[in-house]
Amino acid sequence: MTEKKINIRVPVLARVEGEGALEIDIENNQITHLKLKIFEPPRLFEKLLEGRHYSEVPDIVARICGICPVAYQMSAVHAFESLFETKISPWVNDMRRLFYCGEWIESHALHIHLLAAPDFLGYESAPAMAKDYPLEVRRGVEIQAIGNDIIRLLGGRSVHPVGVKVGGFHHAPKAEDVNALLEKLKEKLPAVEEMLRWCSTLTLPSNEQEFVSVALCDEKMYPMNQGNVISSEGLDLSIDNYQTVFKEHHEAHSTALFSLMSGRPYLVGPLARLNLNVNQLPDHIKSIIATSGISFPSNNMYHSLFARAVEILYGFLESIRILQTYAKPETPYSLVKVKAGVAYGCTEAPRGVLWHRYEVDEEGLITSATIIPPTSQNQARMEEDLRNSLNLTGLDRKEDDIRFQAEQIVRNYDPCISCATHFLDLRINRR
Amino acid sequence: MSQIKVAVHKFSSCDGCQLAFLNLGADLLLLADLVDIKHFAEAGVVDESVHVNVAFVEGSVSTNKERQRIVEVRKNTDYLITIGACATSGGIQALRNMNDGKAWIEAVYAKPEYIDSLDKVLPIAECVKVDFELWGCPVSSEQIVTTIRSLLSGVTPKDNTEKVCMECKRKNNVCTLVTKGDPCLGPVTKAGCGAICPSFGRACYACYGPASHANTASLSQRLIGIGLTTTQVSEQFQLFNNNAPQFKRASDEVLRK
Repeated sequence: MTEKKINIRVPVLARVEGEGALEIDIENNQITHLKLKIFEPPRLFEKLLEGRHYSEVPDIVARICGICPVAYQMSAVHAFESLFETKISPWVNDMRRLFYCGEWIESHALHIHLLAAPDFLGYESAPAMAKDYPLEVRRGVEIQAIGNDIIRLLGGRSVHPVGVKVGGFHHAPKAEDVNALLEKLKEKLPAVEEMLRWCSTLTLPSNEQEFVSVALCDEKMYPMNQGNVISSEGLDLSIDNYQTVFKEHHEAHSTALFSLMSGRPYLVGPLARLNLNVNQLPDHIKSIIATSGISFPSNNMYHSLFARAVEILYGFLESIRILQTYAKPETPYSLVKVKAGVAYGCTEAPRGVLWHRYEVDEEGLITSATIIPPTSQNQARMEEDLRNSLNLTGLDRKEDDIRFQAEQIVRNYDPCISCATHFLDLRINRR
Repeated sequence: MSQIKVAVHKFSSCDGCQLAFLNLGADLLLLADLVDIKHFAEAGVVDESVHVNVAFVEGSVSTNKERQRIVEVRKNTDYLITIGACATSGGIQALRNMNDGKAWIEAVYAKPEYIDSLDKVLPIAECVKVDFELWGCPVSSEQIVTTIRSLLSGVTPKDNTEKVCMECKRKNNVCTLVTKGDPCLGPVTKAGCGAICPSFGRACYACYGPASHANTASLSQRLIGIGLTTTQVSEQFQLFNNNAPQFKRASDEVLRK
């Protein structure tokens, strides 16, 4: 037998948000070393929040991630309102749900069309794919644009929106702007349903594996802004007890902290959310899923793409429902009375559970902050998936095949490495 | 005419300014026809070392590796444009420059020895020559498209020299500083956002950075007049463009009072 020793380097992993790297050593067709490295330079948000007034926090934490600023703002405002015992109006709750729908639509449509679909259809990028799939790519970016329009209605702009404050919103949209958006959403709805059907026809590789799903569960509706943390193994935890089960640790190869559930990897994000909350979806969506050939709960990680498409349709239907009964309130926010203590907030970012904890003094200044983003929770699961999937497909293959599969596996999680990192530098050492 | 070659690079940042491209909707496909995108990792095109005509740079320099990378980016482009607060002034993460950055890393990471980090967060212009700056946290798609259109027409891109106050006037906004006594930074902030905060009835927090000829001393005086402490006035300047020289000076001056 000839001795094989090959190093492959991909200096930049494309189509992920942030900078990461992957190292795989293979010896005698066995993986001997596998690390997903996250290099995103630390920006130390948890420290720069110290000494800041709670009212500044929604604008500051938005800057952790340009793709999901709404999620950071929502986890933060819920944390402070819960500590301050602020009573939130039904109007504010509805508008927050609408705001979140906008971000799910924008982020999921971006991932499906610009980041993930080129993998499944064999293209380098979405513009390259658009030459052969012009209608699909155009439809995708137009859906993404409507998500941004929703965020803009309440936030003034879609990246780092400026409308949120602790207690509610700075501003209530005008009825004419609401109606214009409602018309746009209704007009685009058939295209969203077509997009969902198209996603179910993509040939997604089979990738069945055991994993634990973790998501919020809101008894009344599909989870976004509130609920307990539940798992597919029966966990049911209030958010202030989160750290009793979920613990972060620091590994040498990463600037993101790894989070484990009782020492084990777990999955957060659209697939986990759908696996645990599919019954909360309206019948109309359930009937479309029933004809898709895909069912939930699913253990095929590649069904994440379809789960995102399902959540886009859900976001559209929810937005239409909320906007149809829109009435401008007397005031768009509740007044807040500061109280010292520990504030916990947890909401469903597009990529999964986003947990915040703040210690606040009697003047409303932050004395300590902890933020656990979805990507650091999925980091251990991604490594586990890589190990399982590469072994299952077999390692006696061309390096290019292994590299492509590894990149596809990582991208399927839609890792937001800015939240947690932007270079996936893949190195395979084979002996 | 041959197409101009473009690269988009990311350094320490939130990815939000790259979204000014990715959020263009159907115009993104038009843009891909107008220019030849050679490197834009998030969009799927990777060729970091290819020579381009225009490089857009997002993010600040905060590690040794980034410091080496930006030198390569500069070598490989004819024209370099910074996009956003991080690249142009260091961004919010530059707040650690005024504090003990090393201690901060030790507080966040259990094993600080694993972290590659410079003592200070640097805007791109402190490392290499920058040809044009786009301010904003984040920059808007309009800024990007206007800049590319100028370059395609062979025209030098033009900076916005107005202040947010001018945008408010044009929108008939009621002044939040004068009528509500809110600490609005619009009088010293570069225009370009469309005065979205005052339009929503809230004070501008200067995410577009210092305007030229900004009279920060006079505004500081006014903010003290409406009841802010000197520390609070300093914090107004110490946010997303804290490392911009005008804001840094304004903050230092008010703290000396």
